[in-house]
Amino acid sequence: MSIQVRNIRKQFGAFTALDDISLDFPTGELVALLGPSGCGKTTLLRIIAGLEQADGGQVLLDGEDASDTHVRDRQVGFVFQHYALFRHMTVFDNVAFGIRMKPRRERPSEKQIADKVHELLNLVQLDWLADRFPSQLSGGQRQRIALARALAVEPRVLLLDEPFGALDAKVRKELRRWLRKLHDDLHITSIFVTHDQEEALEVADRVVLMNHGHVEQIGTPEEVYRHPATPFVYGFLGAVNFFHGRVEGEGLRVGDDHLLHAADDFGQGAEVIAFARPHELDIAVGADANQGIPARVSRVLSFGVTARVELDGLNGATGQHFEVELTRERAAELALEEGQAVRLLPSRLSIFEQGHAANAAAAGARK
Amino acid sequence: MSAAKTFRVLPGFNLTLGYTLGYLSLIVLIPLAAVFLKTAELSFGEFWNVVTAPRVVASYKLSFGMSLLAAAINAVFGLMLAWALVRYTFPGKKLIDALVDLPFALPTAVAGISLTALYAKNGWLGQYLDVLGIQVAFKPLGVLVALVFIGLPFVVRTVQPILEDLDTELEEAATSLGARRWQTFRHVILPILLPALMTGFALAFARAVGEYGSVIFIAGNIPMVSEITPLMIITKLEQYDYTGATAIATVMLILSFILLLVINGLQAWTAKRTGRDR
Repeated sequence: MSIQVRNIRKQFGAFTALDDISLDFPTGELVALLGPSGCGKTTLLRIIAGLEQADGGQVLLDGEDASDTHVRDRQVGFVFQHYALFRHMTVFDNVAFGIRMKPRRERPSEKQIADKVHELLNLVQLDWLADRFPSQLSGGQRQRIALARALAVEPRVLLLDEPFGALDAKVRKELRRWLRKLHDDLHITSIFVTHDQEEALEVADRVVLMNHGHVEQIGTPEEVYRHPATPFVYGFLGAVNFFHGRVEGEGLRVGDDHLLHAADDFGQGAEVIAFARPHELDIAVGADANQGIPARVSRVLSFGVTARVELDGLNGATGQHFEVELTRERAAELALEEGQAVRLLPSRLSIFEQGHAANAAAAGARK
Repeated sequence: MSAAKTFRVLPGFNLTLGYTLGYLSLIVLIPLAAVFLKTAELSFGEFWNVVTAPRVVASYKLSFGMSLLAAAINAVFGLMLAWALVRYTFPGKKLIDALVDLPFALPTAVAGISLTALYAKNGWLGQYLDVLGIQVAFKPLGVLVALVFIGLPFVVRTVQPILEDLDTELEEAATSLGARRWQTFRHVILPILLPALMTGFALAFARAVGEYGSVIFIAGNIPMVSEITPLMIITKLEQYDYTGATAIATVMLILSFILLLVINGLQAWTAKRTGRDR
């Protein structure tokens, strides 16, 4: 089933949680709502579910206005961050809950319920836990039971609110892969909320990036990562280095230094901010002083597949920190030492006009 | 002693257990044992005559019947009151929250006198109820009113903390699974509150059985109609019939103990059934 939201607005007192949001969620897709905490993503999810009322706008389920439909009649499966399992019921009874609450004439026999529950428990690979109580389960198991419970009522859409937020890193990764596989098997329209960009990029068909109650960008994980539409998206999706500068001649002037880069889209003298991912920066030793940004090596971390170099800015960029990712060969070739003065040369730069770029820097700095 | 002794941050099991048992004996067990000892001065036949006298039997019925009823009423309305206090904000909420404890603080005689004044035929409320043909004061109904009054705080105070911990997400999960309001209450909220509710019920009941001060004024103490068992004990004491008094007290003690044991058993049973003891 498709979901559309039209001009959704929501205020909490003076705080605007959602400001005129319109989105389409096509049938059968797994979409991630991604953004920092307080960006309105959970509120949007709860409005779609009917757990929260919007101040204005519409929610269309399968093209029909659902704004006045009660949660229990919307046929949405909702999975909570903290599982919200009924702790006084066994796993079996938790999963059977939705079916047992149906009006008597729609309710299947206990035998049919049992079959259905065991089928769902097999689907989440936890049939052997049917007689346990939620308190006897690990976090990852609880969340899978919560999912089975939501699926028991055969929802038309599945909404997951930070489903892996309360789990540790290893279980998270496992469940992510598992959720993706489950979705590929069931093809139920699903939306999940997360603040973890890696999770969103890894699991979702499409990613909706939100910030301050606005949608910043919508696209496939590939699109949003390769071509961030706004400085915020750039800063939010992964580590980033940024330079404040001014367009001058054939390049950018950053403090006293110069970066060669075409900036045709901007007028001469425009104040801009340029972004480069760690792997898009190279380090030059003893290079031409007219090029690149001067920096001092503060730490070299070479335990992984790639080597990471942390640097402190010099001159105009004093007080700023940079992160560069090099191949091991390149790192060996440079033989960097701590305290060494070098210059940073970007191989690729994304340039945005100064102004609304400021919050991207903030998002980048938070990482 | 096993070599691997469990490490505890705060030691002192032996000391605390010893102290607890000593204290409990001094304060509770010895006086109770004295009741049984004094009763033992009677032969069984005498004992049986005292405790099955028609007036006394009528008082058991009134005391235990009304106490159970009052505790049940308090369970229902105490739950509602606790719900309102936890779930909603309204002007004067703090004040009402404080008022709940007032039946604890008020001398029971004061409560009894004011209730009597209120519900007597010419009282503020009594005069209107009289028109409707309902008499409260000096009737078993008056006993019930007094017992409800003194038992109110128990259920509210036992249920309140559990309700505060109760996640609204559970209710949201239930509705999203298609449960109606009543079903959400019956199948999700009530089972979680039940142990606390039963504790509150047991406390309110125990208090009501032993209540004296507030009841005797409003009950009117009409033999066979509105005499409570504690009054029977006092009556015997006033006639210097100490063994008679302790005999009735013994019956009261045993009955109360059995009822409390049953309630505790029920509680343990629900806990087991809902996986809380594991």
